[in-house]
Formats: sequence, structure tokens, C-alpha cells
Amino acid sequence: MLTIEKLRVTHRTRNGTVLAVDGVDLTLRRGETLGLVGESGCGKSTLARAVMRLTPPASGRILLDGTDVTRLRGRAAAPFTARVQMVFQDPAASLDPRYTVARAIAEPLLPTVRDAAERARRVAALMDDVGLARALADRLPHQLSGGQRQRVAIARAIAPRPDVVVLDEPVSALDVSLQAQVLNLLVDLQERHGLAYLFIGHDIGVVRHMADRVAVMYLGRIVEIGDWSDVVDEPAHPYTRALMAAAPAANPDAGRAATRTVLAGELPSPFAPPPGCAFHTRCPLAVERCRREAPALRDAADGRRVACHLAPAPSAETNPAQTNPTEANNFRPLRRLP
Amino acid sequence: MKANNPLIVVRDLSIAFAGAKAVDGLSFTVAAGEVTALVGESGSGKTVSGLSIAGLAPPEARITGRVTLAGADILGRTPRERRLAGHPAVSMVFQDPQAALNPVLTIGEQIVEAVRADGRTGARAAAARALELLDLVRIPEPGRRFSEYPHRLSGGMRQRVVIALALAASPVALVADEPTTALDVTIQAQILQLLIRLKDELGMALLLITHDLGVVAEAADRVLLMRDGRLLEDRGVRDFFDGPRHPYGRALLAARPGRRTRRGPRPRLADTSAPCLIGGEGSGAC
Repeated sequence: MLTIEKLRVTHRTRNGTVLAVDGVDLTLRRGETLGLVGESGCGKSTLARAVMRLTPPASGRILLDGTDVTRLRGRAAAPFTARVQMVFQDPAASLDPRYTVARAIAEPLLPTVRDAAERARRVAALMDDVGLARALADRLPHQLSGGQRQRVAIARAIAPRPDVVVLDEPVSALDVSLQAQVLNLLVDLQERHGLAYLFIGHDIGVVRHMADRVAVMYLGRIVEIGDWSDVVDEPAHPYTRALMAAAPAANPDAGRAATRTVLAGELPSPFAPPPGCAFHTRCPLAVERCRREAPALRDAADGRRVACHLAPAPSAETNPAQTNPTEANNFRPLRRLP
Repeated sequence: MKANNPLIVVRDLSIAFAGAKAVDGLSFTVAAGEVTALVGESGSGKTVSGLSIAGLAPPEARITGRVTLAGADILGRTPRERRLAGHPAVSMVFQDPQAALNPVLTIGEQIVEAVRADGRTGARAAAARALELLDLVRIPEPGRRFSEYPHRLSGGMRQRVVIALALAASPVALVADEPTTALDVTIQAQILQLLIRLKDELGMALLLITHDLGVVAEAADRVLLMRDGRLLEDRGVRDFFDGPRHPYGRALLAARPGRRTRRGPRPRLADTSAPCLIGGEGSGAC
């Protein structure tokens, strides 16, 4: 439904130009959750902003049901704007402090729902939908808890009846129990409204819980993408492996910080990305070829795609007679909640 | 002091703000060489408990009870008063290194200032000690970093500087309040490992304040579970994860996302139903 093709986004700064998103191809299917993970500065939020058309790309295309929406502006863009919505990390910052709950939720309805009574009905229904008591309608954001504020932000996002919601770390500002409630709500809303989520996160546990497929980004590129259980539980790219290994253990018997091997060093400067494979400076497996030649994202075992010279190629039996190695061919139907 | 004597003893600690009780009759001990995790959600009173142990509680807090450090009564005394009284230091590491560092002073100037707070160290000796501390927290090229400003450093490097600042007073105990929460997952693992290594190398006690049960599983030896200012559980970390006794502890463990298995539906996360302090009656949101 949403297709991103060879997207490149650059930022001009005083210190030079940064290629924040470097040729990303992604597809998001109706009703699925695609998790996007990576360290700060890997380009995942820039990618989200480009999808929202808040940041114009340097090149590449964004297609919604086959229509190129990359450069639509003004009135022509309106129908597409409604179909792709976003929820930000910090609801305290994304909500207007002077708008009541009801007014904040009504605002995205203004262009399409002209009748005030009908709008009020829609607002009440949306509040029910996200589990906000109607008694909260006249509250201001500062009179709400963090979880309630994020529910308001979610109600605003689903108000125009979108097909795609970009969730940029939607629970990382919340306590564990509130995280659970908001994640449960997002799953319920997805089922009820058939939403597709682009779920951006750095908490592997949260992404593991939510995603159908997971894409891993490193310095502006996708380095691995595939079914969540393959990518998270049996990562193929050495960076994915390091990222998953860095995630805190579920219990003390599964791993202790004092004894584990952690990924050394930090993300290289995006102003001067390393030649060849961008990860070779931190990669425990890097060979000479990795320093010279950037690996392309190509098909690997289990129907996933990996950008690593050392990743094993798909075996004949798992991928019979693959002639057109596109992501779509590798898609396996995913198990949904009953 | 015997090896397994508790270093810090907290007895019946209560903290109130304008009549509202944030901490209510808290008692526990912290042993040297151990990582004690103080676990709870926002508003459980864990941070203000840590602040009062470090002598950094806000002046408007009404604090009662008793906190002793190696036998000396330290409650209600600022770090300076403790130093003048000859007590060993308890230092604090905060969540947000950006906020904990002064943006207009170089890394070196800030650490030198912290080293010289004892009033006895000369400028030259303090600079040498500052370099030593940067090396101790494993900052590469400490000589170069010494004269740089905080904005030049990444979040992980800044947190290392904050830890170096905390070590400047040669503390016997470190209170670390969500030290990894603001960092990326790969850097979180590095900082957690650094804190544990420093605890072992310097023989400190580490009181780790966190809401992240993953961090607890990785680092803690003992778990103190708090809610609404009260201590619900005080147990060894394996006991805690094997099955907390308190229903709240069980709910917290079940609320962690990511327990999903390869086959089968996405599990529903447990609702711990923390009481809402902001009047969200019937809202279902908190």
C-alpha cells in the first residue's frame, strides 16, 4: 500500500551535508506493522518525516496505492495527507497546551467534517475508541497523565481515518505499565480499523512485541529486513546481532551486563561515513572486502534481505526458482491475533 | 567494618512535600560491592529516596527517619556538610547527561572543579586527577576530551563524563538514577557494564534506581520494589525474577513487552493498574 523507492534525504548543516537516508526501499502492507529499529542518528526519524512529507527527499519516490505522492503540495495533497498520520514520542510536546482534549481531537476533523454536531459525535466516538473517559473532554494536556496524553495524540492521528500511522517511539516516554496499556490499545485499533503501522523504536522488546516484519537501519541504510521472529531471534546481519545482543535480558539467568560482550564504539559520524560497508569499523567479522565495497541489500536465507557480504545466500529449497527477487516475493503471510 | 556489613542503612525514611507523603517508612540496607536496584514507576518515590541518601533532596522536602553511612548519621546533611564532618562521600549519577553538564565549561574545567571541591587539592594535581578520572571511565583520548565542551560529545560519552564527575569526590557509594534511560540500547549496555566494573574496581556500593526490569535483570544483585512510597519487596534478583511475591511485582513482570513466541498470537500485556494521581477516575488511561 505504501511504497518507498530509493529514497534519499539530505540535511544541509553548517558543517556540510549529511546523507541521512541513503537509498531506502520499503513496502508497508495493509494492516501490517513494520518495525524500524536502529541507534540514534541512523536516519529512522528522518525516514518517518519524509514519509509524512515533512522533509522533502533529495531523490526517490513515495507511493500510496501506486500514486506518487512525493511532491504533491497544497490542495492536491490533502486526500493523501489524511491517509498517512503520525504519533510522536512525547505527547507533552506534540499537543497544544491551550487546546482541551475535545478541541485537540476535533482539529484534524475541521476540513472534512463541517457540521459541528457531527464533529462532536465523532470526537466522542474517538474518545471511546482510545479509552478516554468523556469526562476528560474539557481537560487541558497538563491536567492529564502521560498515558492519557498519548491517547489524545493517538485519537488525533486516527481521526481522519488514515490507512497508515507512523508511530515514532510512541511509548518510550511512558512507564512500563502505561507502555503496556498503550501498546494494547494500538493493537486493538489496528484490528478494529485495519491500520498499517510503521513502528519506529529503539526498544527491541517493544518492537518484538508489535512488529510483523522488522527493518534494521544503520547510517541511513536498511541492513536487514524480514519476518520479526527471524530478524529478532536469529539475526543475519552482524549489526542486527549486536543490536539484539545489547538489548537487556529478560531475566538474570539470560545474561548479566558484567560478563557479556557489548558492541564497542559508537555510530560513526554521518558527515564522514566509512568507505565500503558502513558497519565495518565496529564489525567483529569484517574482512578486506567490507572496507572497499558497500554491500547491497540482497536476498538471504528465510526470505529475508540482508546487506552483508558474509550473509549466506538463500538455499535452493527455501527459495525455489526465484526469478524476481523483490521483497513482495519473500513475504510470508503472518499470523494475526485470533 | 566487616566485609558483609551493610554500608548504608536506611531506617524508617519518610519524605513529604507540602503535606503529601512521597516516601512512607522506607527501610533497607545497601552493601558495599553490591548492586542494589531500587525499582518502581514514576511517582513511586524511588528518585527522592536516592536524592536524600546522596544529600541532594530539595530543601522543601520534610525528611524523617535515619540514614547511616558506615555508621555515621548522614540524613539531612548536604554533601559539603558531610565532607566537613569527615564522612565518606555518596555521589549521584543522573539520567540526562545533557542537563547534568555545564554547557559553557570544558569537560576538564568541570571535573577539576569537582576534584577541587575538597578545598585541599591544587590546580595541577586536580588536572592530573581529572585526566585519571576520564581514563577510569574509559573515554578515548582523555587529553583531547579534557579541553572540549560537552556539546562535542555523544550522549554515551557525556554520561561517562557525568560518571567521572561523580567519582571526583572518591565516593564509597554511587546512586545512579536511571543512568541508561536516555541512551541508545548499544550504549546502555556499555554504560551499565562500566558502572559495574567501577563498582568492583573501586569497591563501591551501587544503588541503581530504575524502572527498567531489563536493566535490573542485567545488573542487580538485589531488588527493592517500591510503589506509592512504600517498599513492597526486598529480595535477591533471581528470587525476584523467579516469582515476585507481591501481585504488583508479578504484574510488572507480565507487563514487559517482547515475551512473544515464534508461534501463537501476540500476547496481551498485563495491566498493573497504578492508581492515578491526577484524577483520571474511570478514564482507563492510568
